[in-house]
Formats: sequence, C-alpha cells, structure tokens
Amino acid sequence: MNSTLTAFRDVIARDLLLAMRRKADVLTTLFFFVIAVSLFPLGIGPETSLLRKIAPGIVWVAAMLAAMLSLGRMFADDYRDGTLEQLLLAPQPLGLLVGAKIIAHWLLSGLPLVLIAPLLGLQFGLDRDALLILIASLLLGTPVLSLIGAIGAALTLGVRGGGVLVSLLVLPLFIPVLIFGAGAVEASVTGLGPAAHLSLLGAMLLVALFFAPWATALALRIAVE
Amino acid sequence: MGNINWFKYSSPQTFYPLAGKMVPWFVAAAVVLAAVGLYISFFVAPTDATQGEVYRVIFIHVGAAWMSMFIYVVMAFWSAIGLSFNARLSSMMASALAPTGALMTFIALWTGALWGKPTWGTWWVWDARLTSELILLFLYIGFLSLQAAIDDPRRADKAGAVIALVGVVNVPIIYFSVQWWSTLHQGASVSMAANQHMAVTMLWGMLVMALAFWMYCIAAALMRVGSIILEREYNADWVRTLPELQA
Amino acid sequence: MNWDGWSAFWDMGGRAFYVWGAYGVAAVCIVLEIMALKLRRRQARRDLKRRITAEKP
Repeated sequence: MNSTLTAFRDVIARDLLLAMRRKADVLTTLFFFVIAVSLFPLGIGPETSLLRKIAPGIVWVAAMLAAMLSLGRMFADDYRDGTLEQLLLAPQPLGLLVGAKIIAHWLLSGLPLVLIAPLLGLQFGLDRDALLILIASLLLGTPVLSLIGAIGAALTLGVRGGGVLVSLLVLPLFIPVLIFGAGAVEASVTGLGPAAHLSLLGAMLLVALFFAPWATALALRIAVE
Repeated sequence: MGNINWFKYSSPQTFYPLAGKMVPWFVAAAVVLAAVGLYISFFVAPTDATQGEVYRVIFIHVGAAWMSMFIYVVMAFWSAIGLSFNARLSSMMASALAPTGALMTFIALWTGALWGKPTWGTWWVWDARLTSELILLFLYIGFLSLQAAIDDPRRADKAGAVIALVGVVNVPIIYFSVQWWSTLHQGASVSMAANQHMAVTMLWGMLVMALAFWMYCIAAALMRVGSIILEREYNADWVRTLPELQA
Repeated sequence: MNWDGWSAFWDMGGRAFYVWGAYGVAAVCIVLEIMALKLRRRQARRDLKRRITAEKP
C-alpha cells in the first residue's frame, strides 16, 4: 500500500517536474485558449448582449479544443523514451499510475484554463455570479476532459495523424460535458439555477474517475504490446 | 446438447463459406420486404392530414435511424467478444458492420433534413433525436478513422473495440444530455417524433421497411466480412486452396 | 390506391423534390455500397491470386 502511494505521488511529481523544464508546452495550451476565445467576437461582432449570451458556450468550446491539443503530450514522451513500458511493468496497478498521469496533465493543462477563464469571461461582459459558476463548471468539467481524453491519447499512441485523430475520437464524447458545463452558466444567468447542471457534471466526474483510468490502462496495453 | 459445437463457426475458415451461403438469402429477404414495404408506403398508407405526402419520407428515415443505432450496439457487442476472447472473427465482424452503420446514419440524417425542410421550414432541426443521430455519425467516423490509421490489424481490432465500447456506454449519456439541451433551448416544440396517432398502415409501412433495411444490413456486413477474411487470412492454407481463387 | 394517376404520384402533393430527393439519395447510397462491396471482393480475390501465383515454385 505504501509503495503504491509513493509510486502514485512520484508519477505526478515527475510529470510536473518535466513540464516545468519545458514550460512552453503548458503555456502554448493556455495561449491557444485565450486566442481561440478572442476570435469569436472578432468573427461575430462586439455587441455586448450577444457576447454575454454566447460567452459560456465559447469559453467551454475553446477549453475543449485547448484540452484536445494538449492530449498529445500525455503519453507520447514516455512512449518515446521507454518510461511507459516501465510503467506497464510496474507492480503497482496500472490504472492508479495512469490516474496519476491524468492528474498531472490536468494540473498542467486544465487548471490553468480554469484560472484564466474568469478574465476571459469579463471580456464578454459576464457578471460576478456567472463568472463564479463558470469557474465551478470548468473546475468540474476540465478533469473529465483530461480523463476521457486520456483514453483517446492512449489509443492513438504512435499512430499517424495522431492529433486530429484524437480530436475525432474524443470530441463527440465530450459533448455531454459541454452541454452541462455551458448550460450551468446559462442557467445561472437566466435564473433557473445551476445546481442541476453542476450536480450532473459532478456525477460525470465521478463516473469518469472510476472508469477512464482503467480504460486508458487497457488502451495503453493495446498500444504497447 | 453436449454434442453441439457452439463454436464451430467462430473461426474465419468455417465462417467464410457460411457467410457466402447466407448472403443471397438475406439479399432476397431484403428485396422482398422492400418491395412490400414500398408498396405499403406509397399505395396503401393514406395521405397525412397535416403533412400531406411529404411524411412518406419517414418510411425510410425511421428504418435507417433504427438500423444506425442497432448496428452500433451489435458492433460494440462483437468488439467486446473480440477483445475478451481474443477472437479475430468477432473483431472482423465489428469492422464489417461499421461502414454500413455509418451509411445508415447518413441516410437517417439526409432523409431527416429533407423531411424537416418542408415540414418545419429549415434544413436542419436541432432536435434531440437528429442531433443525437449526428453525434452517432461522429462516433462511427471516429471508429472507422482509428481503424484506418492503425496498420497492425490486431491492434486496430482492439483499439477499435475500446473506442466502440466507450462509445456505446456514452450513447445513453449523450442522448440524455442532448434531450436536456434540446428541451431547455426549445422555442417552438419542434420534434421529429410522430406527432399524432399514426394510421395503422403507416406503422406497417415503417415496420416492413425497417425489416428490409435490417436484412440488407446483414447481407452487406456478411459480404464485407468475407472480404475482410480474404484480406487478412492470406497466409492460411484454406484460403490458398479456395476454389474461387484457382486461376 | 391513393393516386389520381401517375403524374399525381410523381408530384407527391408538390413535395416531389423532398420525397424523391430522400428516397433517391437513399437508393443511390445503397447502390454505391453494393458496388463498393463487390469491388472490394474482386480486389481481394485479385490480390490473393497474385500472391498464389507469385509463390508457386
């Protein structure tokens, strides 16, 4: 039990350390998010009431796309340098170690989005309550993106056309998260209350926490054997 | 009971001739059912009170939609068997079903659009069922793309199986969330669901056409799996000595 | 029979474009799939024959 926890902690620590040495990878995801969100007013027009209305959807879609772009990094480097095979051979349960990698990925690619989203929301004229719900929905939803995305990343390890292929696989599966994530903010704005949406997001997070690491582990074994 | 070999046809070698023999029967069934179904659809079912003649599109829309969903489930089933028992033929069957399933989804979407335009004024209706059907098409495309991108056939089998199973588990979740989204955003209550009571003949038309689609899909999948077997089992002696290949 | 003659049938109450557009594309799709299936089978057989003759001693 002790060695399992140590291994778990070590995997997270290693991924975080590696990312710190190559900050660019993490920052580019963040910059993409900011740029993508800013494109919409440029494409649609700056009318405030319209922007306020579409803001939750835009921020959420941009977050999904940014998460998509960062998925390639989850396993590819380890695959290339042989660390992944070591993980597969480790005595600790692979699902747990995979969970550790997913947590690290979320800390690097999901959490920054959550933190910057309120600034972007302000650009769209969202008020304080809406911004809080936006943060809450992203906080619940971005881990689900990392969890489901991990399955796609594992399945496409080393496969040509990897980046776009992962998007093709994973974006349809994200749709429920998008619907309830953006829906939560909208519900708070229209007065319906975001409780139902946030609860459903929470439920999805629990289900994903339960199943995704195991499915990802299976996919990794398939990719590597 | 103990003498029956339930797994006799679970190898490519024994299944190939069986599939070959079955295809003509399913084709014949499809043709007969389609003939009967089309006759009912055009010459027996009456003109609809509100929609006039254009409602007749549902006779193929509904059949295609049901098949698109049914095939995905069957595909996931064979994927699961292939993955759990390391059974090549089951994985081949899943791969054989996918293109036909995707085609059925496309037909459902196309006919849905052509029904929606004259009935509700727009080419695309973002109602729960059509939107879910669109997402189903994305799931099929994902499966097909993944298998196309992986060179090693066994890895492609297993990876496809994982994505198919993840997909099939997600389909109810997707459907539920799209329903929620649709009812929340609905202005007018636009729905592709059958509005009022359907005449009995209309139901018969839908049922017979759906069965025709079903027979066709089985025939197409069996034919495709035969080709897949030939493509992948090229090293096997039984393939080399097939009569159809002796030049 | 519902129709006052064939022209009424083809006209489909003014919605000919939609009804026949739907049925037509569905039929075309199915025909294309059948053709693709036959082509694939022919190609598979051709490839196998080539392998067999190439490996004859």
